[in-house]
Amino acid sequence: MVDSIDKAREEFFSEAQEIIETFSRNLLALDAAISEGVKDPTLVNEAFRAVHTLKGLAGLFGAVAMGTLSHHLEDLLDELRLGRAELTRTVLDLLFGAIDVFGKILAAERSGSEAMPPGLDELVGRLRELGGSVAPEAGMVTDYELDPGMLAVLTEYEEHRLRSNLEQGLRLYRLHVKFDLATLDKALEEIKDRAKRHGEIITYLPTGESSSIETIELDLLMASHDDLSILIGALASDRIIVEEIERKPLVPAAFSSRTHPPVVPESVLSVPSGHPRPGEEAADLALVSPDRSLRSLTQTVRVDIRKLDRLMNIVGELAIVRNVLSRIAERVRAEGQPQISSELLRVHRNFERRLTEMQDGILEVRMVPLGQVFERLSRVVRQISRELDKEIRFVITGSETEIDKLIVEELSDPLMHMIRNSIDHGIEDTAERARVGKPAAGTIALNAFQKGNHVVIEIEDDGRGIDENALMQKALRLGKIDLTDREQLSREEVLSLIFLPGVSTRERADDVSGRGVGMDVVKTNIGHLGGVIDVQSEPGIGTKMTITLPITLAIVSALLVRVGEQVFAIPLNSVSEALAFDGRGVRVVDGRELMGLRGQSLPLCRLARVLGLPDDSTSGRKFVVVATVGTRRLGILVDYLIGQQDIVIKPLGKTLAEVRGFSGATELGDQNVGLVLDPGALIEEVLLSGESVREKGLRAHG
Amino acid sequence: MLRILLVEDSQSMRAFVSASVEQGAAELGEVELIQAASGFDALRLLPRGRYDLVISDINMPDINGLELLNFIRANEKYRALPVLLISTQSSEKDRQRGLALGATAFLAKPFSSEQLVAAVRAALDGAS
Repeated sequence: MVDSIDKAREEFFSEAQEIIETFSRNLLALDAAISEGVKDPTLVNEAFRAVHTLKGLAGLFGAVAMGTLSHHLEDLLDELRLGRAELTRTVLDLLFGAIDVFGKILAAERSGSEAMPPGLDELVGRLRELGGSVAPEAGMVTDYELDPGMLAVLTEYEEHRLRSNLEQGLRLYRLHVKFDLATLDKALEEIKDRAKRHGEIITYLPTGESSSIETIELDLLMASHDDLSILIGALASDRIIVEEIERKPLVPAAFSSRTHPPVVPESVLSVPSGHPRPGEEAADLALVSPDRSLRSLTQTVRVDIRKLDRLMNIVGELAIVRNVLSRIAERVRAEGQPQISSELLRVHRNFERRLTEMQDGILEVRMVPLGQVFERLSRVVRQISRELDKEIRFVITGSETEIDKLIVEELSDPLMHMIRNSIDHGIEDTAERARVGKPAAGTIALNAFQKGNHVVIEIEDDGRGIDENALMQKALRLGKIDLTDREQLSREEVLSLIFLPGVSTRERADDVSGRGVGMDVVKTNIGHLGGVIDVQSEPGIGTKMTITLPITLAIVSALLVRVGEQVFAIPLNSVSEALAFDGRGVRVVDGRELMGLRGQSLPLCRLARVLGLPDDSTSGRKFVVVATVGTRRLGILVDYLIGQQDIVIKPLGKTLAEVRGFSGATELGDQNVGLVLDPGALIEEVLLSGESVREKGLRAHG
Repeated sequence: MLRILLVEDSQSMRAFVSASVEQGAAELGEVELIQAASGFDALRLLPRGRYDLVISDINMPDINGLELLNFIRANEKYRALPVLLISTQSSEKDRQRGLALGATAFLAKPFSSEQLVAAVRAALDGAS
């Protein structure tokens, strides 16, 4: 039972996160609206609603800091919503600031900390200063022939909305609609959509006397700047009646009389024809199973991604069942029962097809649009450009591109860091840009698209480009390269020096980029996601970083290799190259085999030996697969390179889980199961005792 | 067994109410909680089953709790159904309107599991 409260608490954190993201989206839209000189009261309203909900939830789940902040934000947004305070840039900056504080609060409260995050007090103080005094609202609402029944069911919030619409001089309309219950949502979405162009629907009032259990009648209260004739043309149909609510000539106190019983507006009391007799209703009721109605209830569910992982594992298990099935079919055929065998094979094929569909289905569920993280980035761009006083045009394309939820979560930090770098080091200051004839605003383009089983994200700026000379100097000073390297490195290799530890880290810490996180960390983080990162740069023209990621973590691209009779898969993101190997040039140092590779030592690992497989190390041609993880490298000796394949990694059973060097097993499509190597663990394993070798031989070449 | 229709647009709030009702099993007995994520869902669910109680948040987009309550009270079939409204502490006006419309009981946010169970109890008792 305590569990379910904990679960509710977990739900709360995800919901809070979502609400904060919605809030942030609203602010970005408001920012854009201000830039275009447009006022959009609905956006402020939505922001208010988001914060209002958050406040309620925070109270329920005892999230004190979140409650405090949302409470003060709500006050300010209420003022803004009702036009008592003006939404200026300063106010907007303050609101944006709240999002960061929310982030910190969420992180702290999630981990159970009760400490107030830094910056909260100051923010609350500034919010207090901005929120003006609450003036009593004018009594405009009562000037209308509004049904008291309709007014009695407005929440305080809806009444605010009604009032602010009237204050702007809009007219009021009543839309009487009749819809099928089953398609209610769709019908209302549609009418909402059409009404949006003409004004705002303030509330939906279901009327008491519904004519049948399959239909529902509603009165919609709408404020609009348009005439009745326009609205009739735009909205009316046989199911929608539009009426104008007239202004009263005098002002009787209809609304303030609480003794007035809630009544259904007159216009809906007339029962439409086709109203079933009570007997018929009862019959209808009995025919509808309650299960059916419950199933049709919710359109979305929130699922823990680990549950999807488990489903994916089951798909892996089923793949093995499928293979057994096909083997049995072959055995049956061999035993002289071709008919049963072909029947079995048919079942097998069917099974295989469905299994593929299931796998695709599960993968699809994990996918979320990159837009989620891109939105957060626009906020960062806005913030940094103001801090550094650089004008930035941030152009996003492809935010609808979908990728594994787990990857999206991890992408935000690396992308943020890269964008910080671009603004800070890439984009020149305004004076400099004017001097070289570039437009005053620097452009940073974030572009995403799908390419086969991969998603490519490009970050391109039109700044000064990477200073190759400075990069090389820094690498030299840090001992990452030596003078001979300096002569030999290609341009591409020089640029990729930026990914070596220490090279991209600033010596002087500043507010924006110098936080000790270098491009090496970015590369490592992208690597953890199975991705790679490339850099291109032209002096004076700009820099482009390209990240290539797998679409999902559940499937990885791998190099399949054979050792003896066994097939192994090596994740491609850690393979830097593969070479033919003839056994020459191998030295033994401290009992470890090393080979020379372009002037550096590469430790070797004979997979057969590690696994205790028969090792015919003397005979024939072999291959070395060079695996790179971070700055360490290892040459893995294999008999044969089979090729590249996308594989689903399945965890190892208990018996094998203890063996280091493998991350799981995979089903190879030709009824074989292969082990998936974990190059990182394998490197650790092989080099554990070879400290001296590690020092000398394992420095990445760049 | 009690059948309760919960109308609430926030998922974590629904989860919290669900957990609280579960926790209050000693006092309430076995409860089947049918969850509606919006006023529209509630309108669809109402004719499709028998309920002993409706718990509804007041502040919801589109159809709010007061409108739902008004619908229930104006409809002969549901008129006798007890309705527990969840309100915001700050809004006395919403509470007043809820009372005028015939709400059976109120619960102000924020509340604890125990307070919810007590309010459910009160709403059921008040109705009988």
